[in-house]
Amino acid sequence: MILARIVGTVVATRKDPRLVSNKLLIARPMDPHGKAEGSYLVAVDTVDAGVGETVLIVSGSSARMASGMKDCPIDAAIVGIVDAVEVSD
Amino acid sequence: MQLAKVIGDVVMTRKDENLASRTLLILQPLAADGSAAGRTLVAVDAVGAGVGETVFFVRGKEASFPFHPTEVPVDAGIVGIVDQVDLAGSS
Repeated sequence: MILARIVGTVVATRKDPRLVSNKLLIARPMDPHGKAEGSYLVAVDTVDAGVGETVLIVSGSSARMASGMKDCPIDAAIVGIVDAVEVSD
Repeated sequence: MQLAKVIGDVVMTRKDENLASRTLLILQPLAADGSAAGRTLVAVDAVGAGVGETVFFVRGKEASFPFHPTEVPVDAGIVGIVDQVDLAGSS
């Protein structure tokens, strides 16, 4: 999984029927210290996240195991809102 | 699978119901010689690992298999704690 910050939303009228009523958010991956890294991605929100929040994103086929996402055509899902990250180094 | 060092943890209150009571740790992947190699990631813990330990982890849907039949939505999971690595040819 990766940590990411929510930076925007996506609106799509014409889409796969299994994506109807799912919220799509734009996320910027970041390292544990909060520094942005890598490129932006679109993720389905399953925990009612919002812009500016730090979240946990699960990628690949595992994304379909997120709540309510069974058999949906997705490869990234937001599965948690991060309260705190503790790094020892 | 890949070697990694546990360097931290993640605390979440609002999360997928199947992540409840699961420990999420931050991993720094390692090369065979123990040096850092690649980006950090978050992994679910299936073996009771802790910060500072060297572990090996699995990527992909297989990371949820230790919790079967619960479908835990994870794409990386710690499946072993490393006691020792022996490299042929190293001195």
